Amino acid sequence: MRVLVPVKRVIDYNVKVRVKADGTGVDLANVKMSMNPFDEIAVEEAIRLKEAGTVDEVVVVSIGVKQAQETLRTALAMGADRAILIEAVTDVHDDIEPLSVAKLLAEVVKQEAPGLVLCGKQAIDNDMNATGQMLSALLGWSQATFASEVGVDGDHATVTREVDGGLQTIKVKMPTIITVDLRLNEPRYASLPNIMKAKKKPLEVKTPAELGVDVTPRLQIISTKEPAQRSAGVIVKDVNELIAKLKDEAGVI
Amino acid sequence: MAVLLLAEMQGGEISLDQTGKAVTAAQALGDVTLLCASAGCADAAAQGAKLAGVSKVLCADDAAYGNGLAEPVAALIVSLAGDYSHIVAPATASAKNILPRVSALLDVMVLTDVTAVVDGDTFERPIYAGNAIQTVKSTDPTKVLTVRTAGFSAAAQTGSATVETIAAAYDPGLSEWVEDKVQQSDRPDLTSAKIVVSGGRGVGSEEHFKIIEALADKLDAAVGASRAAVDSGYAPNDWQVGQTGKVVAPDLYIAAGISGAIQHLAGMKDSKIIVAINKDEEAPIFQVADYGLVADLFDAVPTLTEAL
Ligand SMILES: Cc1cc2nc3c(=O)[nH]c(=O)nc-3n(C[C@H](O)[C@H](O)[C@H](O)COP(=O)(O)OP(=O)(O)OC[C@H]3O[C@@H](n4cnc5c(N)ncnc54)[C@H](O)[C@@H]3O)c2cc1C
Ligand SMILES: Nc1ncnc2c1ncn2[C@@H]1O[C@H](COP(=O)(O)O)[C@@H](O)[C@H]1O
Repeated sequence: MRVLVPVKRVIDYNVKVRVKADGTGVDLANVKMSMNPFDEIAVEEAIRLKEAGTVDEVVVVSIGVKQAQETLRTALAMGADRAILIEAVTDVHDDIEPLSVAKLLAEVVKQEAPGLVLCGKQAIDNDMNATGQMLSALLGWSQATFASEVGVDGDHATVTREVDGGLQTIKVKMPTIITVDLRLNEPRYASLPNIMKAKKKPLEVKTPAELGVDVTPRLQIISTKEPAQRSAGVIVKDVNELIAKLKDEAGVI
Repeated sequence: MAVLLLAEMQGGEISLDQTGKAVTAAQALGDVTLLCASAGCADAAAQGAKLAGVSKVLCADDAAYGNGLAEPVAALIVSLAGDYSHIVAPATASAKNILPRVSALLDVMVLTDVTAVVDGDTFERPIYAGNAIQTVKSTDPTKVLTVRTAGFSAAAQTGSATVETIAAAYDPGLSEWVEDKVQQSDRPDLTSAKIVVSGGRGVGSEEHFKIIEALADKLDAAVGASRAAVDSGYAPNDWQVGQTGKVVAPDLYIAAGISGAIQHLAGMKDSKIIVAINKDEEAPIFQVADYGLVADLFDAVPTLTEAL
């Protein structure tokens, strides 16, 4: 079985995000970019399935700017076998919407015929949490989102999901789309020899036009602004002062 | 304009708090029809009919909907969608699973975690863990959105809508429910509690988390946790507050042994009053706290519990 893992190049989660002064977006020029943390977990899970003999080939795919090649090379260095870049935009500030990403991925699925797609639960830039569910809808496949445990067994997968009240386990028909949550695994670091080897692994470049997908956005971005800022309050000297403040000043207890 | 609002169901029970908050957000968008889809949900539908602002309730009572599986519930919503300009749900784990599927089936973009309705086409939503707020205008014929409930108050229970029973739609039969491991607790629900007491890695162990829980019980509060506390096994996953956990905005949020990473702040920085208890005076949490106490939580938290 082949596994497809979509990986997104996003601002590194440690970077302090700055909204551009003209309100047109977030400043991404000269900012450290990394693989979306959830996607690292998806890549790790795919590699573990390969190591366990459940999977023969791990294909990673990224949609975005040319620089997303670096993200794909990181996945190859972790252990993925080959990569596909869909070069859809030239400006790092242009994000492709989940609906278009899902349509592009659906075309890749038709070509590659994977038995499983492992997505991240959410991209930490747009915080959409939508692509996996949309891809599953477009393909008419089953979906198992927010996975914290995955077991693949022949024509079914058993997935434990993180839900509001705790955990839910479901059994889904293969082929399926699983979106992964943070506690599924801890991604490995790529070793230096593997980073060197990854440079020679195949990386194919395609365009949305070649795949016949229109990526025109459906949402117009009107403005991007800073959230309301909180200012630091006061440091109290002890528990008694804290209680007094909460009672008399804030009136919350 | 007409709104189809997916009620938040847990088993056959409706969450009037989460659903009622989404009703408040949806009011501006048009006439609200509430959809209760579950197994044995006639009582829930009757309760939903009392939410002020709901003009009609559709009750789809079928085993296929009993565990909230995405494929059958999405198929049901799509079968009803033609009559509505907006499809709305509270941004719960359940709706986040279902609504993007609905929107792809309708070939429209989804708007997740909406925090404000500007007009029928235009909405605000946070991006980058709440470090930026984007205003977006949808050009799609049907708007599919999930609403972040922390910013809305629940609709009153003074209404009397009619309830109509509807037949189940086709179930593609792609997935099966196996089991739920749900924490039963007498504490208030994290997303609706007036007070939340959260513990982080600084609490040190599952056993020590009891001192956080004792303070919560004294205050009739819900208990929350940072990701580090959950990952370390000190607290269950459904207590996680943050970018990828729950978003809360209580009157009082007490963070003990939590450093204040942006991913944690994303889930609690709209709380009315924030208290931070941390032994490191440099901890970033103090930059958002109204009241900071630089102390060892193992002294401060039990002392606070005693003194209240
Ligand atoms: C993609 C992604 C998503 C994430 N989503 C979330 C999320 O939803 N929610 C979330 O919380 N995190 C999330 N994180 C993790 C986040 O980045 C931080 O790692 C996490 O919030 C840290 O938790 P903490 O503050 O408990 O631990 P730490 O950062 O280790 O802080 C522990 C604090 O406890 C204090 N302390 C220690 N002992 C004591 C004591 N005896 N008394 C008083 N204070 C003490 C220390 O001074 C320190 O400030 C996410 C990360 C990523 C990459
Ligand atoms: N541009 C992209 N390239 C590759 N994968 C993507 C892209 N956008 C989204 N994804 C995948 O979809 C998941 C969810 O993203 P989102 O729906 O945008 O929150 C991510 O974790 C990725 O696995």
